[in-house]
Amino acid sequence: MDFSLSTEQKEIFDTAIKFAKNEMIPHALELDEKSQFPHEQFKKAWELGFINTCIPEEYGGVGFTALDSVTIGEALAYGCMGMNTAFMANDLALLPIAIGGSHEQKEKFLKPFTEEYRIAAFCLTEPGNGSDAAGLKTTLKESGDHYILNGEKMWITNAGEAHLFVVYCTVDPTLKHKGITAVIVEADRDGIVLGKKEDKMGHRASDTRGVRFENVKIPKENIIGNIGEGWKLAMKTLDHSRPLVASSAVGGAQRALDCAAKYSKERKQFGVEIAGHQAIQMMISNMAMKVEASRLLVQKAAWLLDQGLKNTEVASYAKAFAADACMEITTDAVQVYGGYGYSKEYPVEKLMRDAKLIQIYEGTSQIQRLVIAKEVLKKY
Amino acid sequence: MNIFVCVKQVPDTETKVKPNGDGTFIETTAIKWIMNPYDEFAVEQALQVKAANAGSTVTVVRVGGVKDTEALRTAMAMGADDAVLVEAEDNLDSYSIAKALKGAIDKTGKSADLVLCGKQGIDDDCLQVPQVLATMMNLPSVSVIVGFEQNGETVTVKREVEGGALEVYELNTPCILATNKGINTPRYASLPGIMKAKKKPMEKLSLADVGVSADDRRVVYSDFTLPPEKPAGKKFDAMDEAKQEEVVREVVGLLRTEAKVI
Repeated sequence: MDFSLSTEQKEIFDTAIKFAKNEMIPHALELDEKSQFPHEQFKKAWELGFINTCIPEEYGGVGFTALDSVTIGEALAYGCMGMNTAFMANDLALLPIAIGGSHEQKEKFLKPFTEEYRIAAFCLTEPGNGSDAAGLKTTLKESGDHYILNGEKMWITNAGEAHLFVVYCTVDPTLKHKGITAVIVEADRDGIVLGKKEDKMGHRASDTRGVRFENVKIPKENIIGNIGEGWKLAMKTLDHSRPLVASSAVGGAQRALDCAAKYSKERKQFGVEIAGHQAIQMMISNMAMKVEASRLLVQKAAWLLDQGLKNTEVASYAKAFAADACMEITTDAVQVYGGYGYSKEYPVEKLMRDAKLIQIYEGTSQIQRLVIAKEVLKKY
Repeated sequence: MNIFVCVKQVPDTETKVKPNGDGTFIETTAIKWIMNPYDEFAVEQALQVKAANAGSTVTVVRVGGVKDTEALRTAMAMGADDAVLVEAEDNLDSYSIAKALKGAIDKTGKSADLVLCGKQGIDDDCLQVPQVLATMMNLPSVSVIVGFEQNGETVTVKREVEGGALEVYELNTPCILATNKGINTPRYASLPGIMKAKKKPMEKLSLADVGVSADDRRVVYSDFTLPPEKPAGKKFDAMDEAKQEEVVREVVGLLRTEAKVI
């Protein structure tokens, strides 16, 4: 049993947290206020190797482990959960190619992301289906030597900026899971219509919108794996992406704890620092315990993956626990700040707004519990 | 060019420093170490000089404890080629450190064309090592530089002096330059850089290897204490008009004699 990160992982974390503090935090409130995409930070992060961590070494990536990725994810989310959503969405979109793509697809679609600053978007959710992912209605129809894609996707992160979409669709909705197929769609194909940018409560630096595919021509070589294998691929992708998304909750929660603990030693009431009051101490203790427990779950979910072991259950523990903890911790941070916490002059209200989304996207906290129950009850 | 950068490892700027048990140094067990921020400018400048002079190498040298090699690893992750660590306690004085640095540079067998240092360590703020090292190596040196330009065998540097004025110096290489904030923007260590740094060579030497003994110590630290707590502010009542002249005289007097701000 060894709970320590390697020397390199510590250095990776230190570098990423330095980047978060110097390059992200100073711009986070402004980008949130303006709902502006963080191109400057995204590009710098890409240049330093923080983005697209799933790309294997042989296709130009750095060759990170899942544990490396969540270490980076936590640090960047410490800087801004919203910006990190934009960063992470690249990985979410590229993961299906990295996991299920052919050698040719990896060469053609992953490598360019290591050579230039490019953005990708993952398209699963539709206006009519979120948690019921297998009920998707976007269709893929064979037409001679190619396929035709039709349908509407919703809540697509990075959609307005993407060079590449990875789209989940079905060859026959009546087949349910067995019809689902993943395809790669270059953004310059005809028939891609972007919806208007959503005006969101949090994660406002990320670009979220609907995307409509109207008779988009898809060459056969853009299908990831085989027709009908999309569901299995999506499930495998989630094993990787859930720890990553959960790491974002850890970073946000750690930031909230740091802010609240520091503030509690500056603010005086009844003649003493509020940190001297047990009511505040109880909150700080709960925050610290939950940050640490979240981090350990996230690290375990990533570590299992790196060992080649099944991590579905622990990945859901990590996602649900870290997201719920982040919501509680950021809410408590606002409470520690009192009235000041409710003001945009201070950083914690944004953390609270940002935390909410982590309980919703990449499988809601309730869906995670369904996954967990299924896995747990299998054993009895 | 053979470029050497002398770096120091200092407590992270967010560290809450406290004296150790017997007051001979600070408590170092729970400290997170970082590269001295002024040394980051020196590393960045060295990497820029290396990029402009094909075939150059950058060697980073540090004297200090071995428990954590953060500063040297960071410098190599930024792009330095190799590193030399002289194992020593963290509380050596400036003279011993300078002598150890010179010994370590000599030991590499390479003649230094350019030696860069940060102008001061942010821990003890002595501002001595670059100048002592220059004297020992018998090289010209300029400290607090905020501008650097190389023209073949000579370098033109700008030095910041009081009031924001700049002095301009032209030196022949080899020379020793000590960098100040403003000379450049240090790059971040990239993640591929961190992975590559693993494979770069780090030579470890003892103080004896570089010819430094206990007799070289010029300063022994004896008493570390925290600064006294700031006394409470003084209040003056000037609401009564008749008293105002007297109060103003008193405040001005105290600002001059006690606060020493005017």
